Amino acid sequence: MAAEGQKTEGRPRALFPRWIGQTGITLGSIAFTMLGLLFVTFIIGRVMPIDPVLAIVGERASNEVYQQVYQDLGLDKPLLVQFGYYLWDVMHGDFGMSLLNARPVSEDIARVFPATLELATLGTLIGVFLGVPLGVLAAVKRGSWIDQIARVVALVGYSMPIFWLGLMGLLVFYGILGWVGGPGRVGIFYVDVVPSVTGMILIDSMLDGNWTVFRDALSHIVLPASLLGYYSLAYISRMTRSFMLEQLSAEYITTARVKGMSERAVIWRHAFRNIRVQLITVIALSYAGLLEGSVLTEIIFAWPGIGSYITTALLSADMNAVLGGTVVVGLVFVLLNVFSDLLYKFFDPRAQ
Amino acid sequence: MSETQTGWRDWLLTDTPQSRNQARLAALFQGWLSFRSNPMAMFGLGILILLLLMAAFAPLLAPHDPFTQDLANRLKPLGTPDHPLGTDSLGRDILSRLIYGSRITLYIVTLVALIAPVAGLMVGTIAGYTGGWIDLGLMRITDIFLAFPRLVLALAFVAALGAGIENAVLAISLTAWPPYARIARAETLTIRNSDYISAVRLQGAGPIRIITKHIWPLCISSLIVRVTLDMAGIILAAAGLGFLGLGAQPPSPEWGAMISEGRRFILDHWWVATMPGLAIFTVSLAFNLLGDGLRDVLDPKDEK
Repeated sequence: MAAEGQKTEGRPRALFPRWIGQTGITLGSIAFTMLGLLFVTFIIGRVMPIDPVLAIVGERASNEVYQQVYQDLGLDKPLLVQFGYYLWDVMHGDFGMSLLNARPVSEDIARVFPATLELATLGTLIGVFLGVPLGVLAAVKRGSWIDQIARVVALVGYSMPIFWLGLMGLLVFYGILGWVGGPGRVGIFYVDVVPSVTGMILIDSMLDGNWTVFRDALSHIVLPASLLGYYSLAYISRMTRSFMLEQLSAEYITTARVKGMSERAVIWRHAFRNIRVQLITVIALSYAGLLEGSVLTEIIFAWPGIGSYITTALLSADMNAVLGGTVVVGLVFVLLNVFSDLLYKFFDPRAQ
Repeated sequence: MSETQTGWRDWLLTDTPQSRNQARLAALFQGWLSFRSNPMAMFGLGILILLLLMAAFAPLLAPHDPFTQDLANRLKPLGTPDHPLGTDSLGRDILSRLIYGSRITLYIVTLVALIAPVAGLMVGTIAGYTGGWIDLGLMRITDIFLAFPRLVLALAFVAALGAGIENAVLAISLTAWPPYARIARAETLTIRNSDYISAVRLQGAGPIRIITKHIWPLCISSLIVRVTLDMAGIILAAAGLGFLGLGAQPPSPEWGAMISEGRRFILDHWWVATMPGLAIFTVSLAFNLLGDGLRDVLDPKDEK
């Protein structure tokens, strides 16, 4: 941080610091992307072969009632005006009512989202703590057996259907070995035992001091989180390896070695330090990927997260819920992308 | 025999090709030679050729009809006489269903691999060649689609269009084209200002002719590499949609849908879901290996 401060002192003073202009551009592009995202979901909602009026009033409603609701929903207005209404609602956190349980979609999403977040976060942690060392080792010992193993691990990760691997995991570790808890977040006896504070059951049970529930929840989450972690590991280790190879072939590394620096210091203090920024970007992207990858995983493990929510809504033609879920996942995805972009710009002086 | 063979080799490897066709063939042959030296890529190619043959000769290879139910013989384990991979919950032969399912997989992959890169190529080259507002607009649209999580967008599209193979293909294509547009645009930007394009323009060629005849051919090789590497992802996405019940509909022997059927019996009759998963894994692994090999041949600057 101190170094950052010194650097700006040396520059000639402009009317605005440069970052204000850059932040303005970034914010503008985020706003535009989100607008586009909402427009796409809006169009999807309009193309859907489901009559939103019929879904509310039911099939036996009279023509007058039908017309009334039709006008209330603003469906008689031009498409752009309708989009304006939609935008207004979404900005106020209103995704409409779920047709399944007649509750606001936003409440449902707020309830299920922490479960996905918990799963994806744990998966990313596993991916980072195993994938980064594996990638560094594979780059340092290029061509050795560990490099080959890293290659196979990544290749298998890119080629295996995640839902199938999840099923196989359930079969082996739950069905045959009985090492882990089965589908769901906790065993049936522990449902709703601890009060929901954050919505993440591991943290909630810890806050409550209820270690029995914590252990049970851990035994349930370990398999799906490892599964997601494996996919994250495949990606992160591959990227780490190629970043490290790039650094290790640079001249300053040779210089450091010639100086007589220990190999460990060369790798960790020189090469690794220079790939940290790129790594953070990759980790943010992989985190975003896991939020999405959790859709299929959640189905397999009956995990009550946003993926299960969207799919259930989809199969029961609950349009508002599908679109609301899509928008939320999309927004988080965009934000994570932007966040990784900003980090990159902030930490890497060359990108400024 | 050996004499004619060396004759062919010399003709193909000559430094002074006599015609344009000879030069093209020579370039292809050189690529093939370097591709052939990569055993993993050849392994992938072998699997895919087998898959193609399997799909083409499915009626001859399959021991049973993939749709015929035989409730007396349901859920037979592996190695049952007459049913080497067992039977599913309706007594259908799993091996035969896998063999017929390869047709569906190839069908989906081929369609997506035709639609998405072509769409991306058009958007990317038009944006890159015209520049200005058109470029800005097209690239912003591309960014919006890139910003979407792909599977969730595909889910929403299928919800709007209705379940089925064709709609799954459309949904996957709609989510798959933006990276191709990016690549094609980047290539176009480097080509656009080169001297030979100026020469062609001075000869009176219009923008459409320049894009289709002079820019597209140069974008193809990087697109092919990208498509091959994406194939595995396309297969996995299609299988995922099938698994969710949004792609191929029963009784279709689509591999993802077969896993979804077998899921209910996973703890007692594991092979019903396991076998189609192995098939998906093998094919997407083959595409990944092939893509890696092709990248080394066609795009040597891109390091592994």
